[in-house]
Amino acid sequence: MKTYKIMERKIIWFSISLAIIFAGLISIAVHGLNWGIDFTGGTILHYSVGQSYELTDIRKTMTDLNIKDFEAKKAGDEGDELIIRTVVLTKDEQAKITESLKGKFPKLELIRAEKVDAVIGSELRRQAIIALIIANLLMLVYISFRFELKSGIAAVLALLHDVLIVISWYAIFNVPVDSSIIAVILTVVGYSINDTIVVFDRIRENMKTMRKISFNEIANLSIVQTLTRSINTSLTTLLTIIALNLFGGETIKDFTMALIIGIVSGTYSSIFIASPLWSMWRKGTKTA
Amino acid sequence: MGFRTKSLLKIALIFILAAFLAFSLLYGIKIGPYKQEPLAKSIKLGLDLQGGVYVLLEAEPKPGQELTEEKMNSAVEVIRKRVDQLGVAEPLITRQGSNRIRVELPGVKDSQKALEIIGKTASLRFVGPDGTLILTGDNVRDARAIYGQANEPMVSLKLDDEGAKKFAEATKKYLNQPIAILLDEEIISAPVVRAVITNGEAVIEGLESIDKAAELAALIRGGALPVDLVQREVRTVGPTLGADSLAKSIAAGKIGVILVILFMILYYRIPGLVADIALMIYVMLVLAIFIAIGATLTLPGIAGFILSIGMAVDANVLIFERFKEELRNGKTLRSALDAGFNRAMLTILDSNITTIIAAVVLFYFGSGSIKGFAVTLIIGILTSMFTAIVVTRMLLSNIISSRLFVNKKLFSA
Repeated sequence: MKTYKIMERKIIWFSISLAIIFAGLISIAVHGLNWGIDFTGGTILHYSVGQSYELTDIRKTMTDLNIKDFEAKKAGDEGDELIIRTVVLTKDEQAKITESLKGKFPKLELIRAEKVDAVIGSELRRQAIIALIIANLLMLVYISFRFELKSGIAAVLALLHDVLIVISWYAIFNVPVDSSIIAVILTVVGYSINDTIVVFDRIRENMKTMRKISFNEIANLSIVQTLTRSINTSLTTLLTIIALNLFGGETIKDFTMALIIGIVSGTYSSIFIASPLWSMWRKGTKTA
Repeated sequence: MGFRTKSLLKIALIFILAAFLAFSLLYGIKIGPYKQEPLAKSIKLGLDLQGGVYVLLEAEPKPGQELTEEKMNSAVEVIRKRVDQLGVAEPLITRQGSNRIRVELPGVKDSQKALEIIGKTASLRFVGPDGTLILTGDNVRDARAIYGQANEPMVSLKLDDEGAKKFAEATKKYLNQPIAILLDEEIISAPVVRAVITNGEAVIEGLESIDKAAELAALIRGGALPVDLVQREVRTVGPTLGADSLAKSIAAGKIGVILVILFMILYYRIPGLVADIALMIYVMLVLAIFIAIGATLTLPGIAGFILSIGMAVDANVLIFERFKEELRNGKTLRSALDAGFNRAMLTILDSNITTIIAAVVLFYFGSGSIKGFAVTLIIGILTSMFTAIVVTRMLLSNIISSRLFVNKKLFSA
């Protein structure tokens, strides 16, 4: 069977991942994560403008109303929707914005409004952290009885890699981090571990039958043997999420994009991160 | 009957069951007293899909007062009463934690009005027949449902000192006339004054049942509620955006399913086709379970469902890849199939267990919409274990024994 020299080129794979994560960390250091209103508190106003418009007009209206801390962006298939994100607004302020905008765009309609107080935001943040810690601890427990130590550590590092890649995506593209990030991270972690399990199970199987060849070769062979499987399982899942991302509407675009990034990263990491790590550590030990 | 006929019959049976499921989801069924509406009518939609209002209210006690369980329950009653005016089909009003109330109003058209009605401070007023204000909720200390001497249900009222003084004057002035009790401009009771009451302790008689008395007492207590309700979280979705989200996500789901179906047939041929049939059964079963347990479908819920469709065929991919490998090693269709299923089983269990761990944690810690995602993911994974393993295996194994297809190439070897 034809194999690829995946282990031998591990420096390349590690560098690609580290570069992305590094870029993510730099973005966080420079402008921080773009926390959405779910976590910080704030108001979102989503309008159907009913015609084409310029964001500069919107910004002017907002500044005229003396609202300084806001973010406006276009949305919708034809770009005729408008999403404004601000700090927590009172009912009156909110009504004033709608009124002023309606003065400029008579067909304008408020189609979604969300207001979250800062108190709720900080509670959600705490909840999210607890959820992530518990889920990951449970995963660790699962991994520790499913793998031997070295494979387990490699698998955990691959998971950590996926989480960091997803967070880097949020950071680099300044995507608002809302409560759905918990769902994204947990789904990705739950999903990504599977690809790693498939490869590692095959490695274990091959270790029993092939005693003479090196760990690198065993890993390379196992990856090739499971490659179609890894790619096809990710592909079927990706097909549905990509459809959702392209045709599912504005409200879940960021959510589905994060899932896509996570699932691709999960497949990548099981082949290019977890397996090379495993083979690297096994090399140090003499007994097979 | 030969084993070939038997196998063909089994395949036919699966198809008939699937067709029955499809029919009942599309058109509804009626068997004896049991009636099931079609899917489009019976599935509950969350407010992000049909538009509506979600409010999280937090009770803040007035200075020097404490928040009690009873006060919270009264507050819930008051909100319920207010929501009733809005004419929402299925309002959801629930306590959350010690000091919060969740209000969900799917299908509300005028969200601004709904918020105003829910949000206004409780105003309880006792008004004379000539419209003069006698006292307000601030003067009411307590109200309870009790039984009178003849075992008739009534409400006992206790007023504070200032209230007692005012009430004494009023009962003197309006003897044998009705005094209206107004909650938010609505008359909730209009008892006729039978005697002058000077000690601030009155009873309201003539109630139909003890339940009615309890409701009135709760409303009076609620109206006198020494708490302010702060809107901590407000989410409103217009009906057009909701309908748009629903239509778009269904369209996206269809496209996703078609892509997966095409991929499976093109790549795995006969087994792929079988997996596709299992996938259709999967989709229908999950929808049927949603209806059966009365789950509410939200936008993240649909996303979770569509994601689970992709994951459902994962198990099939794992099995078929093993199957192909065994065929390449020279095994017969039958033994390759058995080996494929057996050897892929552990991996399938692994993948489902890890995803379930994630989904269960999400369910416990997630907020509203995230919970919807978790629920659909859990239902999806459990159902897909059945369809992707049991249904696929039954179909494939019977196809092989029926010798409908014998060419190994058709099995993508």
